[in-house]
This record gives sequence, structure tokens and C-alpha cells, in this order.
Amino acid sequence: MSGHNGKFLPVPRPETEGWWENCRNHKLMIQRCSDCGEFQFYPRIICAGCMSGQLEWVESAGRGKVSTYTVCRLPVAEAYASDVPYVVALVRLEEGPVMMSNVVDCDPESVKTGMLVEVAFQKWSETVTIPQFKPVAERTTQ
Amino acid sequence: MPHLGATALCIDAATRALKDAAITKDQVDGLVTCNSFAEPYMYHAEAIAEYLQIFPRYCVTANAGGGTTFSSIQHAATAIATGVCETVLLCMADSLRTGLSREQAKKMQSSTGHPEFETPYGATVPAYYALIARAHMDAYGTTAEQFAAVAVSGRQHAARNPAAQMRELISVEDVLNSRMIADPLHLLDCSLVSDGGAAIVMTSAQRASDFPHDPVYILGAGEGHCHEHISQAKSLTTSAAVESGRRAYRMAGLGPEDIDVAQLYDCFTPVVLIELEDLGFCPKGEAGAFVASGGTAPGGVLPVNTHGGMLSHCHPGNPGAMFSLTEAVAQLRRAAGDRQVEDAQIALVHGQGGIMSSHATLILARESGT
Ligand SMILES: [Zn+2]
Repeated sequence: MSGHNGKFLPVPRPETEGWWENCRNHKLMIQRCSDCGEFQFYPRIICAGCMSGQLEWVESAGRGKVSTYTVCRLPVAEAYASDVPYVVALVRLEEGPVMMSNVVDCDPESVKTGMLVEVAFQKWSETVTIPQFKPVAERTTQ
Repeated sequence: MPHLGATALCIDAATRALKDAAITKDQVDGLVTCNSFAEPYMYHAEAIAEYLQIFPRYCVTANAGGGTTFSSIQHAATAIATGVCETVLLCMADSLRTGLSREQAKKMQSSTGHPEFETPYGATVPAYYALIARAHMDAYGTTAEQFAAVAVSGRQHAARNPAAQMRELISVEDVLNSRMIADPLHLLDCSLVSDGGAAIVMTSAQRASDFPHDPVYILGAGEGHCHEHISQAKSLTTSAAVESGRRAYRMAGLGPEDIDVAQLYDCFTPVVLIELEDLGFCPKGEAGAFVASGGTAPGGVLPVNTHGGMLSHCHPGNPGAMFSLTEAVAQLRRAAGDRQVEDAQIALVHGQGGIMSSHATLILARESGT
């Protein structure tokens, strides 16, 4: 995963700039509604449950489970070619919301539904650091 | 057929539809199109009206991906029923096979998915659908062989259709041995990339009785919309086809047991299984076995995609489902040649766009049902 030139970099919007800034600081933020208590992702200016505008930013524990996945054998664009085969997955965070992401730092063939993963940030440019996920290290019993 | 670009394909299809209906362009007072990737216009329907030199009072560029075709028909039917216009021309075409520049192709890939929270991760279009396929396997034990059976069934129909792009019979093994694109989807689980266009003329049942060819009647229409981006889906294995189907059945006063032939959106093989289940043709999780046992093949209980579908007939992008519609019309008019479903009275067509996002179902009939 070297050289991210030409990848489809996100262009933050005025209201998501802060979220991406947190990513640069290796913090995965989600929103919680102060009125109904629901967590949500992606960031919105309203709670998609109750339409309240009272939202607070909460740092996610950054852990979740793979709810589905695929291994891309063909790259979406040339800039992704050196990553092939790469895993695209939906990850359900412990707090509830689902994110699309890559599962990295493991053999793509070893990825399975239900696998426990944790966030791993990767710097793609001066302004963009992308949250990806890696398998949770086996807990050693000592 | 001469080599034509997307705009010309659209005009060519429109010309044929007007000829079939035996009306002049001046009788068209409503126009519905969808935009083209290869030859986009800021206001597509207006550009087509200008090219044809028609001056409609109802002019819409619809955009719901593969669901566009059938949701447009619901819009057009509403406009006709409320007297906004009398006769609508729907024409849709694109030239994804030969008309896209490298830059356009890249832009098309990068426009799938949420631009901030999905697209950066590099999923190809097949990869987005592979997420659905995997979820269906995990939930119901569906197998790669059962996905492959959808492609095999489609090809059996295509073999009987001289207009199909791919007509050579294939086996489940052929599908499984084709190149893996995004696990569990192989190359032959994916639809074609084509140039193509199709058009229809819609009007009230009363006015249609003056036309020289038999009309086909729209008995029911329904839509369902559950998300735009797959990471926001409430369910990966049950879609808003449940709602679009239920709404169409209710309007028609019919149920799945009344359908003689179905044309289901088949951009990727797993989509057909989910549609068969959500539209009530199979209990949840049983569509794989149904297709593998020949249920959708020629002569099956429910022949599906009798033209060959987008897996074998053609898939020019947003207009892809237009051919399900023209095929349903051909079946109900008993004009489908070697692939005619015997005694076809009622047809169901279903389209979906996005990643199982926007669903539209129509129920069509040979008789007006009144
Ligand atoms: Zn709320």
C-alpha cells in the first residue's frame, strides 16, 4: 500500500472537515443524538432517527465486526492496482453504526464474516488520512 | 445496424417506437429520457426533444439507475391519468461499450458509492454487489453454483433470441471457471457492457385502441426506495423490492401466482435471487434452489428474462431495463418467436438501481382487465 496518487480521495465538505481532521489525529468519531441517544455514521447535521439537531461527537472505540466482505481481484482504477487483491468490507462498529472500509494487514483469504477488527489509520495525502481496519490481535492468556 | 453514438441510438429507438405505434412525432406531448454517460447533456430530455424538433408539455430526464425505466413509467402514467399530457415517448440509450473515453470510464467507476465514505476504498461495481452476495450466502447457505445457475438460465433464453449479444450455451462449471472478479462473483456472474437503446410509446387505453398494433396494458406499478449507499442499507439480503412488488400487486389486484413470465433486473446473478424472493416467487433463502432446478429456464414454472437479460442480451447502463420492457411487450403480443412463453397473459418486470437501492415493479397484461 504505497503510493496513493490517483486514488479516489474524499473531498471533505464544510460540515465534515472536522471529521477528517480527527482522522488525521487517528481518532474515529461518530455522532450520538443528545435527544434519542442513537449513534450514527456518516456524519449528518441532523439525527436521522428523530431529526434532532442536538448531536454530540463521540470517539468510537474503533472496534467492530466484519458484517460482509469481498476480495477485489481487479482494481477499480490504476492507482489501486498494486493493492490487488484487496478486501472491501462493511464493518459494524461496537457502538452500532456501519462503515465501509478495507481490511488490511492480513491475508485477504483469511477475512471472514464476523471477524473482529480494529481501526488502523493510513495517511494517503497531506490532508487525507483514511480509517481502515485490521484483525484484532489474538489475545494472549497470561 | 450502423454504428451510432448514444444520442443517435436514442433517436433511432424513438423513431422505431413511433413507427410501431403508427403515430407522428407531433402527437407526442410528453417525453421521458435518462442521461447518457457517453454523451451526457445538462438537460437530456430537452436535448432529445430539440434533436427531434418536438415541443412537449411534459419533459423529464429520469435518474434512478436501473430502476429508472420502470419508475419513469409510473411518472408517465401519472401524467397521462391526471391530464398533464396525452401521449408520452420514453426513449433511453447509451453507448458504454464503444462510446466512453478513458476519463469517462474512470469517472463512472468513481461515481459509484458515497464520495467521502465509500468510494475511497476502491470497490468496483461488482464488488459492491459481491457484498450482497456474501451476505446472502452467510444468511441462507446460498452457493456460488446457485448464483451461476442464474447466468446459465439467462443464456438458455438468449440462445433462442437472435438479438442477444451472447448466445452460446454455458454451464455452471463455465461460470465457476471464469475469472474471479470480486469474491464470490466470477466474470460470468456479471452483466455485459453494451451500446443500445430502446423506446416505447405510452398513452391512455382508450387512445391506444386506435393504434394498428395491439397495446399492452399497465395493470400495476410500484416503487420502493431503501437507501442510496450500501453501507446505509437496513438489510443486505432483503430489498425494497418487497415494497415495490407489494404496491404493484395491490394496484393490479394480482399476486405472484398470477405471473406467467417475469423480466427481473440481472446486473449480477445474486440480484435475481433476491428479487425472486422479495417479489414473492420463492420463500426467503430458497431462490437459489429454485433457479438451480430450472424454475426460471425456458419451459420452467416461471420463465425469467426470456430475451437473455443483461447477463446475455445486452446492458447499456441506465437504459438496461428497457429491454425487459420491450421483451415483456413482445411476449404479451405473442411476437417473441422461438422464445415465446405459451399463452403468456400477465408479465412482471422489475428494475433496481444503485446497489439494491431504488426498486420499481410493473405488472403488464395482454388484456385491459376491466
Ligand atoms: Zn435522535
